[in-house]
Amino acid sequence: MQLFNIRGGVHPDDCKQLAAHQPIETLPLPALLHIPLQQHIGAPASPAVRRGQRVAKGDLIANGQGAISAPVHAPTSGRIVGVGSYPAHHASGLSVPTVTLQPDGEDRWADSIKGVADPFALEPDDIAARVGAAGIVGLGGATFPAAVKLNLRKKYQLHTLVINGAECEPYLTCDDRLMREQADAVIDGIRIMAYALGVTRIIIAIENNKPEAQAAMTVAASQHSNIQIAHLPTRYPMGSEKHLVQALTGQETPARGLTADIGVVVHNPATAFAVHEALRFGYPLVARVVTVSGGAIQQPRNVRVLLGTRVQDLLNYCGGFTVQPTQLLSGGPMMGQPLPSTRVPMVKGSNGVLALTATEVNTQPSMPCIRCGSCIQACPCGLVPLDLAAHTRAGELEGAVKLGLLDCIGCGSCAYVCPSHLPLVQFFNYAKGEMAARGRAKQKQTETKRLIEQRTARIEAIQQAKREAMAARKREADAKKKAAAASASS
Amino acid sequence: MSDVASILQSGPFAHSTNTVQRTMFLVLLALTPATLFNLYLFGWPSIFLFAVTIGSCVVLEGIALLLGGRPLMRTLTDGSAILTGWLLAMTLPPWAPWWIGMLGAVFAILLSKQAFGGLGQNLFNPAMVARVALLVSFPVVMTAWIAPHPLFTDGAPDITQSIAITFGGEMPDGVTAATALGYVKTELSRGIPVSQSLIEYGRGSNLTYTPDLMDLATGYKPGSLGETSAILILLGGLYLIRKRIITWHIPAMVLGTLFIIGTAFNLLDSSRFAPGLFHVFSGATFLGAFFIATDYVTSPVSIRGQIVFGIGIGLLTWVIRTFAGYPEGMAFAVLLMNSLTPIIDQYTRPRLFGRTSKGEPLPIKVQA
Amino acid sequence: MLSAIVSLFILGLTLGGLLGLAARYLKVEGNPLTEQLVALLPGSQCGQCGYPGCGPAAEAMASGTARVTICRPGGRAVAEDLAAVLGVSVDMAGVEEKPLLIAHIHEQLCIGCTKCFKRCPTDAIMGANNMIHSVFTDACIGCEKCFEACPTECIEMRPLTATLQTWYWPKPLALTAG
Repeated sequence: MQLFNIRGGVHPDDCKQLAAHQPIETLPLPALLHIPLQQHIGAPASPAVRRGQRVAKGDLIANGQGAISAPVHAPTSGRIVGVGSYPAHHASGLSVPTVTLQPDGEDRWADSIKGVADPFALEPDDIAARVGAAGIVGLGGATFPAAVKLNLRKKYQLHTLVINGAECEPYLTCDDRLMREQADAVIDGIRIMAYALGVTRIIIAIENNKPEAQAAMTVAASQHSNIQIAHLPTRYPMGSEKHLVQALTGQETPARGLTADIGVVVHNPATAFAVHEALRFGYPLVARVVTVSGGAIQQPRNVRVLLGTRVQDLLNYCGGFTVQPTQLLSGGPMMGQPLPSTRVPMVKGSNGVLALTATEVNTQPSMPCIRCGSCIQACPCGLVPLDLAAHTRAGELEGAVKLGLLDCIGCGSCAYVCPSHLPLVQFFNYAKGEMAARGRAKQKQTETKRLIEQRTARIEAIQQAKREAMAARKREADAKKKAAAASASS
Repeated sequence: MSDVASILQSGPFAHSTNTVQRTMFLVLLALTPATLFNLYLFGWPSIFLFAVTIGSCVVLEGIALLLGGRPLMRTLTDGSAILTGWLLAMTLPPWAPWWIGMLGAVFAILLSKQAFGGLGQNLFNPAMVARVALLVSFPVVMTAWIAPHPLFTDGAPDITQSIAITFGGEMPDGVTAATALGYVKTELSRGIPVSQSLIEYGRGSNLTYTPDLMDLATGYKPGSLGETSAILILLGGLYLIRKRIITWHIPAMVLGTLFIIGTAFNLLDSSRFAPGLFHVFSGATFLGAFFIATDYVTSPVSIRGQIVFGIGIGLLTWVIRTFAGYPEGMAFAVLLMNSLTPIIDQYTRPRLFGRTSKGEPLPIKVQA
Repeated sequence: MLSAIVSLFILGLTLGGLLGLAARYLKVEGNPLTEQLVALLPGSQCGQCGYPGCGPAAEAMASGTARVTICRPGGRAVAEDLAAVLGVSVDMAGVEEKPLLIAHIHEQLCIGCTKCFKRCPTDAIMGANNMIHSVFTDACIGCEKCFEACPTECIEMRPLTATLQTWYWPKPLALTAG
């Protein structure tokens, strides 16, 4: 099919050969699972189990809260040994509410788990509800609740479902393997999602460095004439949602908007697979495929892990480190987050665990910016990263916002090419976070003002009431006095 | 090995192999052929001057860094001081005395680079600032061009004579020769038409031959220490474009503009205006287009900005060469356009993804 | 004729003089600028700035004797707004950016005396007589009024801990070279 050009981008060494030929394996049951209650964008789930309670695989352990949230399910059968806090799968190293589960080794599904014989006979709303109940979120890493995205048809005129199989991050091969090994299941999930969205046109976009996945999906989709397979050029960040849509349709998503604004919804193949499992078999999302790779890993692998498995268990299964890695990462090297420790649990959004050596990371001390302009050529969003960084560095965050700071997708292309090795992405992450914090501070300020006004009004009202009561009493007393005087005089 | 100790640092955790050092090194490499040819052409005095200029630049950079309390080794090894010195040397008269090189280094490194805050901070191209400052301060020394005296040929000074030339300031008689641009300009002021002076250039300027266009292109002619060989400079420039150190836009725009405007006016009045090709192959045109104007720090960062910048340099070079008091206009043109770089940058930002060129979000439209 | 001119002249002179005197002695004190500034301040009268309340603080700022950065609960956002009204630049450099301290009630020590929540300017403490009180961290502005009021010293001012929602990347360290 015809493709359109996107701006910028870089060509990092994809390093996919490390794990691409490794079939998906299932990790043996770990001794303990630490299941965080927030593995998605939105409000955290609230625990639905007590300490000591026995649960079966697939039992609900936390309820979603509010419109944008997702429930959490028991990844295996066993006993809840704790509902508390545990280090998060996050660069900050902060702790989050977590349910700790001790597997009993039976891995017994709950009796209530039951699939649907024909998902296409369901109402689209039913499908979205089941996807939501299964706790499915965007498995490409964004972890946006999938059901919310399936319900976009109510607000937007949709025409196309794009399956983002670009997997443009180096090292990661989990989507590649899934598309190769579970092609029919992925296609089934895609068709269910397209049905739920009410769209007829489906494009499965896969980069040219995954010819096997392209072939497998072509075969699996051959009976469905509405499914097209797009062969994307290998270029980072081809898998950025809005840029992918531009490459496929030639249309740009308006700034601050959604791809649904131009009638397109994008999902990940792993999400499609999860939808297939949830609808056909009734399985909630309790496991995912993860790529464990990097130069410091003994045996790079693609592993299907239960959510809540500690990273350490995963590393042990892959033979541990060959050398002490410089950087332990969740996700790919371009947009992945550093992991503070190997104790942290695997979550719905982690598609890779990478242990990279110093040579692979190639971090060098920063030099001053020499204004070479490489970052401008590399930026897929048309930003001038060197100016943004200069403004941020000088504390001129408002200026950075005016130059488009909030349009930055954080892809890291600029920092990848920078000959001065400036921490451009960190400048932008800091600036975005600081702007958000200022927004929160402002909000609190207004809230404080409102509270103070309320309190002043209340105190005023109380005093008014007191004065009135006093006046009333005085009148009564006067009246009594008068009456007494009158009766005395008479 | 349960925990991985690492400094909390944001991604990406992959970087290209490009560094500032590599960039500077490749530029130096690209300059080497043209430089070697000119050092051969102008002999020992030029080699001494070249060494003095670069040496002074590096030493002064080191002193400035020490005074500023900045890391010495890493900044000094980035190669930028060597490059500045090298480029400055290439624009000096080849037999100029040693103190010209040293004073040039003071202007370039101290006054126009370190005073602004060091690498990446300067508004003006240091080598050009130095050249122009020297030119207006010492006009005689800075325009003492000499005829080619290739090494190991008759008439070329030996080492002793060369030391006297560079360090003693003893310029031998009968070696100077005007550059083509200078000769044409002088003759024109005496009322001799350009078309005629171009033919008489060789004899009139104390050369034993009359350089044709081929000589102008290969560089067998009087001129600055490193500017004469258009072909070798072009070779280096193409290498840099191939290595993606520079893009083709600035050089192409400078050369193209100069050629077009030169040709156009030459067609209008060939007695008053020199031909376009003569402009392109004379003076520092190639050196300026490929190596001076493309200096990262002082040129615009976006492609659109670079196109504007290149056209501006081409235009100004022609205007200065044709109408101003100096026969050579490249250095002035580059400096003038340097001063416009911030404003060009401001008006040539790329359009943001999902926004109009004014910065508003694109309108929402659904196409079925 | 003459008498009319003279009398009108005298009349004019007297009235003019009266007006002048009135303008001088009956001048309305109060600065519209101060009111503008008061509107921007939180209005909790917490006194952390060293002035008795938001009104006096605004006056001091308007007259230039106090800096715009003195309001601690307001933080940077308020300082910037104030600076915009006064047309000065915010100099946060001289201000130590103390993290906001939020009241926390140790439940074992609380006797339910209600002294703290009566003094809380933002109703951030909830509780009733003889019941253990607790703090809404979202509403607390760290004014320490409750801290001073508590008879059992059961209130501790604690820094607000970051959550995954509020944590963000620190600014990169200054470049070593450059």
